Amino acid sequence: MSTVEQDFVHEPLGPRLRHQIATIARHAEDKRAACIDALKLVQKRFRFVSDVHLAEVAALLEMTPAELDGVATFYNLIFRRPVGRHVILLCDSVACWVMGGAAACAHLCERLSVKPGETTEDGRFTLLPIVCLGHCDHAPAMMVDEDLYGDLDAARLDDILRRFR
Amino acid sequence: MIETPLTATIQPDGKPLDVTGYERVGGYQAMRKALNMTPEAIIGEIKSSRLRGRGGAGFQTGRKWEAVPKRDEPPFLRYLIVNADEMEPGSFKDRLLLEKTPHQLIEGVIIGAFAIQAALAYIFVRGEYVLALERLAHAVVEAQARGYVGRDILGSGFSLTIHVHASGGRYICGEASALFSALEGRRAIPRARPPRSAVSGLWGKPSVVNNVETLCCVPPIIERGANWYLGLSHSVDGGTKLYGVSGRVKRPGLWELPFGTPLNEILFEHAGGMRAGYECRAVLPGGASTAFIVPENFDVRMDFASVQKIGSSLGTGNIVVLDQRRCPIGLLRNLEHFFAQESCGWCTPCRDGLPWVERILTAIEAGEGKAEDLELLIHHVSFLGPGCTFCDLAPGAMAPLGSGLKHFRSEFERHINEKACPWHDTKDAWT
Ligand SMILES: Cc1cc2nc3c(=O)[nH]c(=O)nc-3n(C[C@H](O)[C@H](O)[C@H](O)COP(=O)(O)O)c2cc1C
Ligand code: SF4
Ligand code: FES
Repeated sequence: MSTVEQDFVHEPLGPRLRHQIATIARHAEDKRAACIDALKLVQKRFRFVSDVHLAEVAALLEMTPAELDGVATFYNLIFRRPVGRHVILLCDSVACWVMGGAAACAHLCERLSVKPGETTEDGRFTLLPIVCLGHCDHAPAMMVDEDLYGDLDAARLDDILRRFR
Repeated sequence: MIETPLTATIQPDGKPLDVTGYERVGGYQAMRKALNMTPEAIIGEIKSSRLRGRGGAGFQTGRKWEAVPKRDEPPFLRYLIVNADEMEPGSFKDRLLLEKTPHQLIEGVIIGAFAIQAALAYIFVRGEYVLALERLAHAVVEAQARGYVGRDILGSGFSLTIHVHASGGRYICGEASALFSALEGRRAIPRARPPRSAVSGLWGKPSVVNNVETLCCVPPIIERGANWYLGLSHSVDGGTKLYGVSGRVKRPGLWELPFGTPLNEILFEHAGGMRAGYECRAVLPGGASTAFIVPENFDVRMDFASVQKIGSSLGTGNIVVLDQRRCPIGLLRNLEHFFAQESCGWCTPCRDGLPWVERILTAIEAGEGKAEDLELLIHHVSFLGPGCTFCDLAPGAMAPLGSGLKHFRSEFERHINEKACPWHDTKDAWT
C-alpha cells in the first residue's frame, strides 16, 4: 500500500460520517445494534476498518473497542485489514466447485499473481473466496465490488478484469 | 395450465414491478382483505393451507404464528423477521423473489405482522445481495408512500415499520436465534431454547422468523383461500415450491412447480437432463445440509415427508447435481470446508470436530488417507449428529458426509488403497 493511502486511513472519521453513524444509532433500538451498519459506512469510505476508526466507532456506540472488534472480526464482509481498490469475491461453494470453480480460482490467481486472500502488487485487486452467491445456475460465479458475474470461463474472466484496467 | 402464485407477477425482463404496476396485477388486495379480518382468522386460513416453512426445517407457518401471545396479551412489542440470509450453498431461490417481486414479499410481511400484531419487521438480507437490498429498500419507500407501511395502515389502526438490514455476512446468521444476536449487534451465536422465540426472541420479545419464500406464499393464500392453495399441491402440504437445479444439466435454473413434484421430473424435464458427456452420480436435494439422493431414488416426490422417508431432507429444494467427472470425496471436502469455516465456534464438538473432518477428507483426497480414517469419519457423523450440538449447523454438515460414506464407500476405499485421487486430472479443470 502506498504512503498516500496510509495517510488516508489515519484521517479521523470526520464530522459527516460521525453524524451519519450517530443518526443510525439514534434510530436503532439499542446503540450497539447499529454497529454493523456503522462499520459498513466506514468501510465504504475507507475500504477497511482500521484500529483508529474502530475505536472511534466504538466510542460513538458506547462499546469498548474490544467488544466492537469481537463483532467486527466475526463477520466475513467487514474487513479489518487493508484491501485493494476492487474486491473480487469468488464463490468457492459446491455448485461452483462442480462447474469449474477451482479452475476459475487458478486462472484469477495466475492473472493477478496472487493467492486467495491476497492483494495485487499495484493495490488494484484483492481476491477473496466467498460462500455461495446465490447464482448457482450460472456457476462459476463471483462479485467484483457490488456487481455479480456468472458463467465464468477464462475468456470471460479476462474480459471482466480488463474493465478495471 | 399450472398456477404459479409465487412467480406470476414476475416480468419477462426480470425488472420488479413498481407499486402501481403491482397493484394493477392485483397486488395489495390480499393486504386489504387481511386488514379486515381478525388475526385469528388469518392464522386459521394459513393453518388450513398447510403452508410449511420454506427455509429448510418445514415448520407449519400457521402454528408458528399462533404460538405468539394473542393481541390482548403482553408483551405488546413483537417482531416479525424475514430471513433473507440465503447462504445455504446451492440455494438461489430467495434472491429471485427479493430482486424480482419485492412488493409481494412486503405484502406478505404486512399480513404476517398483522397476524402476530408486530409493529416492527426486519428484513435480514445477506450483504452480498446488493441488488436485492436496493430494490427492497425502494419498494419499502413506495409502500410507505401509499400508506401500506407506517402509522394506522389504511385506517385499520394497525401500524408497522419495516427495516431492511444488510448482514455483515456469516452462514450462522441464518439460524433463527443467531439472527437475533446479529440484529442486536453481537456476534451471531445461537441461543438456548427454551425459551421459544415466539415468547422471547429479538431483545427478549416475542418474535417470528420466516423465510422469504414462505412469506411470499401468504398474499395468494389470503386472497384466494386455503382450499385453492391446497389444490395446487401434489402432496399433503399446500401450494407450490421454487425448485432449482445447478450442476452439469442442460438448463440449470429455477421453476415454480406443484409442491411434491417428483425429483426426476425436475431433473430431466425442467432442467433438461444431463449435458452430453456427463452422467448424474447423485444429487444434494436441498443444499449443502442435505443427504445425497442416488438415481435409484429419483422417483421420490420433493415434499418434506417423502424426501425424509428415503433418508434425506427437502432443505431449500434447490438441487445440486454431482456428475461422474467430479470426485465425490472432493465434493465432500468442499462441503465440510464450508461448514468448518462457518461454524460459529460456540460449542466444542462442532468447533473442533468440523476442522478435523475437513483435514481427514483433505488427506484422503490427496491420497494420504488411512483405512482407520473411515472409522473416524463415521464416528464424527454420530458425534456431531442431531442432539449433540447447540444448533443444527453441525448435524446439517453431517448429512452429506453420513450419506456420502454410504454411497461412495468404494470411492473412499480407492483413494486409500491407490494412495491417489482417481479424479486427479479433473481437479482444476474447467469441464
Ligand atoms: C445454520 C443454519 C442456517 C440457516 N440459514 C437459513 C437461511 O439462510 N434462510 C432461511 O430462511 N432459513 C435458514 N435457516 C433456518 C432457520 O433457522 C429457520 O428455521 C427459518 O428461517 C424459519 O423460516 P420458515 O419457517 O419460514 O422456514 C438456517 C438454519 C440453520 C441451522
Ligand atoms: S453447532 Fe456449530 S454453529 Fe451451532 S452453536 Fe455449535 S459451534 Fe456454533
Ligand atoms: S455455489 Fe457458487 S453461486 Fe451458489
